[in-house]
Amino acid sequence: MSLLRVDGLEKKFGGVNAVEELSFEIRPGAVFSIIGPNGAGKTTLLNLLTGVYKPSAGRIEFDGHDLTGRAPHEYARHGIARTFQNLQIFFNMSALENVMVGRYMQERCGLMAALLHSPRLARAERACREDAAELMRYVGLQDYLSAASDAMPYGALKRLEIARALATRPKLMLLDEPAAGLNPTEVLELDDLIGKLTGRGVTVVLVEHNMRLVMGVSDHILVLDYGRKLAEGPAQAVRNDPRVIEAYLGSSATHDGSFGDAVAKAVAVGVEMHR
Amino acid sequence: MNSSRILTRLASPRTGGLLALAILIALLPLALPNRYFYDVAILVGLNAIVCVGLNLLIGYAGQISLGHAGFFGLGAYGSAILATRYGWPPLAALLATTVAVALLAFIVGRPILRLKGHYLAMATLGLGIIIFMVLTTEDKFTGGPDGISVVPFRIGAFALQGEHIWYWVVGVLLLLAVWLALNLIESPTGRALRALHSSEVGAEVVGINAAEHKLMVFVISAVFASVAGSLGAHYSGFVTPSKAAFLHSIELVTMVVFGGLASTYGAVVGAAVLTTLPQLLTSFEDYEMMVFGALMIGTMVFLPRGVVPSIARLLASRRKAVPDDKADGK
Repeated sequence: MSLLRVDGLEKKFGGVNAVEELSFEIRPGAVFSIIGPNGAGKTTLLNLLTGVYKPSAGRIEFDGHDLTGRAPHEYARHGIARTFQNLQIFFNMSALENVMVGRYMQERCGLMAALLHSPRLARAERACREDAAELMRYVGLQDYLSAASDAMPYGALKRLEIARALATRPKLMLLDEPAAGLNPTEVLELDDLIGKLTGRGVTVVLVEHNMRLVMGVSDHILVLDYGRKLAEGPAQAVRNDPRVIEAYLGSSATHDGSFGDAVAKAVAVGVEMHR
Repeated sequence: MNSSRILTRLASPRTGGLLALAILIALLPLALPNRYFYDVAILVGLNAIVCVGLNLLIGYAGQISLGHAGFFGLGAYGSAILATRYGWPPLAALLATTVAVALLAFIVGRPILRLKGHYLAMATLGLGIIIFMVLTTEDKFTGGPDGISVVPFRIGAFALQGEHIWYWVVGVLLLLAVWLALNLIESPTGRALRALHSSEVGAEVVGINAAEHKLMVFVISAVFASVAGSLGAHYSGFVTPSKAAFLHSIELVTMVVFGGLASTYGAVVGAAVLTTLPQLLTSFEDYEMMVFGALMIGTMVFLPRGVVPSIARLLASRRKAVPDDKADGK
């Protein structure tokens, strides 16, 4: 039984194949990580899995529904939520309102109810506000309950996106480089937060360069390179896969610094684990 | 403690702001010495109704329209033709016109609102020009460039005539328009509009159908414009195509921006200032438009967010300077 099934997925931009012949399955309740060098197609894949991009070929099936070619809001309605590598915060609103927007699918009301501010809506608004505040506390943003979103530091904004995504009550949560730009303490807290998410029954897909985080939390890892699957399997197996290590070391010189760095860390973690 | 809660309630836009606006509308006649001033006040009210609707589209949802005078004109001509030429009861003419304009906005809005930024501006501009051309050239119905006279608005035997009655009618309708707009903005739908303004993809991935919301607010703003147009036609007793002209569209957008984008009261203030200012500046005679332009440039330089949001921000930062801000923060 799988929560998400991807079959022969392809995405072409002009003549470039950003994602090619990709098939995999995600089981419920796991942390599924997608790793690979910059430009490997990870973010493209996340955009495909949330309907932001339409695939050139292939099929995406979520929770028994074929969602191929649907709009992003339909993916959201079926229970897929995400965060963004380049933040998509609603900077024209307060932090709390950002999370309240995440509750849209539960809160949405008819136009007349909205225009006339029906008493039921007033009650629902209060509940929505409390729920959003609760979620902000849950992700550790209790100090920002009355903050304007454009006055918040970067790390807090990343959590705010997680809170907003959680507010949609997702079955599957896609995190696009949540650790990028965070300091080591914040990364540790993120590690905890991902653990809490799976504890809530949310399946997590993690796209991340921070190998320590990936190796620490993942149950299953998919390795992408040039839009193709390089390797896939349980974290332990992928970590020790000679092809992965070889490919990484062999190609690290041609990739940019941050990835070379990540590979070095990965190898270091691998060596650490071997001892 | 309790009194401070009442105070915050009164400071909220929906309760306090609406109350303040109601008091202002109720007391304003004391300062209006003659019919001419009433006439200006009614024009302010009608423009403000259009601007409150237009601000939902431009200020909150972030979608530009340079063709809203077209909807205003259609409202005016729809009422004029149905009530005057075909002898419909004015209320029925107004309602039928409103429904027709809403339908037109719905049909045209669907393809147009896929466009963004400058392209949307061009498309709405084109829509406004087409409406203007049709009103000017279909002279069999519209009277062409000379315009058309309009019967007074009457419900049964009761006719709305004279500036005094119209003042109260427009005043109450403006309050209603502001109330509806504030309600919408404070609802999940309003949050969705503000969200898609800031990040369309961010709104989509939490389940918001951005295209549907843009279309909805486009239709609502067209309806506000159309109703104001219908009322304006009955009030003045005469309509010309200039009501639907491009220049009028620009004036409406300018009022919204001047008062402050994403501020319902800003739209009212913008309409009030830019409608009355030319009347006040007539003493400058030949230099009237120059002074008008200079005042507008000056306002946008010194109050870049528009009058109301800039002043609100200024007051908020003053208040923050007082050290007890943490007291009721949570």
